Amino acid sequence: MTFDPEEIKRLSQEKARWEQETLGRHLERAPERPDSFTTVSGRPIRHLYTPLDVPDLDYQRDLGFPGEYPFTRGVQPTMYRGRLWTMRQYSGFGSAEETNRRYRYLLEQGQMGLSVAFHLPTLMGYDSDHPMAAGEVGKCGATIDSLQDMEVLFQGLPLDKVTTSMTITSTAAVAWAMYIAVCEQMEIPYDQIGGTLQNDILKEYIAQKEYIFPLKPSLRLVTDTIVFGSRHFPKWNTISISGYHIREAGATALQELAFTVADGITYVEEGIRAGLDVDDFAPRLSFFWDIHNDLFEEIAKFRAARRLWARLMRERFKAKNPRSWMLRTHAQTAGVSLTAQQPYVNIARVAVQALAGVLGGTQSLHTNSMDEAYALPTQEAVTIALRTQQVIAHETGVTNTIDPLAGSYFVETLTNEMEEGALDYLRRIDELGGMVRAIELGFPQQEIANSAYAYQRAVERGEKVIVGVNRFVDEQEQRPIPILSIDEALYQRQVERLADLRKSRDKDRWNRATDDLRAAALGKDPWGKDLLMPRILEAVKAYATVGEIIGLLREAWGEYTELNII
Amino acid sequence: MSNERKIRVLIAKPGLDGHDRGAKVIARAFRDAGMEVIYTGLRQTPEMIVSAAIQEDVDAIGLSCLSGAHMHLFPKVMELLKERAVDDILVFGGGTIPDEDIPKLKACGVAAVFTPGTSTQDAIAFVRSNLKRE
Repeated sequence: MTFDPEEIKRLSQEKARWEQETLGRHLERAPERPDSFTTVSGRPIRHLYTPLDVPDLDYQRDLGFPGEYPFTRGVQPTMYRGRLWTMRQYSGFGSAEETNRRYRYLLEQGQMGLSVAFHLPTLMGYDSDHPMAAGEVGKCGATIDSLQDMEVLFQGLPLDKVTTSMTITSTAAVAWAMYIAVCEQMEIPYDQIGGTLQNDILKEYIAQKEYIFPLKPSLRLVTDTIVFGSRHFPKWNTISISGYHIREAGATALQELAFTVADGITYVEEGIRAGLDVDDFAPRLSFFWDIHNDLFEEIAKFRAARRLWARLMRERFKAKNPRSWMLRTHAQTAGVSLTAQQPYVNIARVAVQALAGVLGGTQSLHTNSMDEAYALPTQEAVTIALRTQQVIAHETGVTNTIDPLAGSYFVETLTNEMEEGALDYLRRIDELGGMVRAIELGFPQQEIANSAYAYQRAVERGEKVIVGVNRFVDEQEQRPIPILSIDEALYQRQVERLADLRKSRDKDRWNRATDDLRAAALGKDPWGKDLLMPRILEAVKAYATVGEIIGLLREAWGEYTELNII
Repeated sequence: MSNERKIRVLIAKPGLDGHDRGAKVIARAFRDAGMEVIYTGLRQTPEMIVSAAIQEDVDAIGLSCLSGAHMHLFPKVMELLKERAVDDILVFGGGTIPDEDIPKLKACGVAAVFTPGTSTQDAIAFVRSNLKRE
């Protein structure tokens, strides 16, 4: 696509003429609207993009073919003509039984993969009867205290036919062990167990804040799962390197891209430090992007991310396996963009965001429900969200061809700018000593806090329009939308269930398992005899609870306290 | 320069919820509006929040919760303030809170609940006009 320099020169002259004459004359009569022409992230967008913006675009170097380096156009040669993205609604609330029912419903409605939301006590390593769990049980995810609950969660579900993503990080190793144990009960061999574990601890310190332990032992635990996964689970993505939470916390699209890739670089380095060859584990690293309102900025971000990662993996880490160069990703529409005002309008927002994810080439997609500024989705709301994906897949025609926006002067410019901007940030982070050091210094956290504040001020000044909130407001708005509520009796039932479990389980097995895990946690041979996953697996099979296992690790490793950065 | 004592506000994150974007934006906006803001950080128990509020001698407490646990945590804070015979601190809240829960929270003594879409300026104005102390 590289343009002829003579053509470029002529075009440049013609553009100048157009701006002066045709455009200039028009602007005198009819100036542009006073709205700011920036992306959601604040990036200024020009009125027109032409070959002058991408004069050096080289098709082979910068775009390539789908399924080939640098994967700008997509990681699979057929993309959605071969297989649609996995429609995978993140879901979980109340008891394991209720959540199991929702999973069955979603699969019946055409969802293609499972995605587990755990309640906060599970995410933070507390059992439902712990004082810190008071008020939280079942509220923002499924109540999972032990393997017993996990068995109920997946009862009757075809785990040999669908893959499962689990959104859990500090306690991910425990959740994964429970999932493996459930699969064993279903007689599914290890090499058939497919899915994804979020497990991205760095983004917790940066954004989601569901950290427990200090950085070093946390990274050990993540690497432990990567090592274990590379040995036994060829179909399991042991980590989902996430930009979603970083974006939701307030980052711009560029910061989301840069900080996530920087986290990825750290995990690759840790895997190599643990003695793995990069090609042993890199093919099973996966990613997770947010999809915010700005259609083109998001598409560009997805494309830039693939190209950036491919180049890093091949050039910086010298990976040889093409699968190590591929950035495979899940995506979710932006929760933070949902409004409490005029909530049905969220359906329109989610549709556009989902479209961006598809045009961006995601492998897996979750669409938010319109009621999520209030509560977890009702069945009706989540059905609309799923149908939104199905309409895009089957009615809009956007899946007929791969990467349809390639070659757009605008989209290619944005893609280039995203990649360049991300490389800038990566250089700064490298100069600080890497992402772990950057986190200790509070660098990404402060960048995010600044972006979040700037965005809020832009909204309050009316520079950023939010329909229903600062424009097209309905003062008389009635808000009687149905809301999902969690049965308060769940708490007492779960407390009793835990008491029964502790009485009825094999105490000798539990003692042996927990002692063994404790010794390994304190051990000095983390990638050898002190590997934790096999012991965590044994502990969950002995029906040790999440709280007991994590409590033991808390004692061994301590807890993290963050700098308060406003 | 004004001799008026600055309004002191504690911004707190009760419970396990780690979503701190709103709390931090509110904290910074209040600070920019000339108030003295103490941000507690994450995972505070109601006991820790009330102790901090008393210790820091604040005029107002802002509670932020996006995990759905507000119906337990916010009333607990109000209960503890009552136990400690503290009745002159303005308490307000924010987060992912359904409309139907707001009257119940107000009945416990939470003066206002700022749900998604609230402008920081409105929150600031509310606190200024509704302080119980002076």
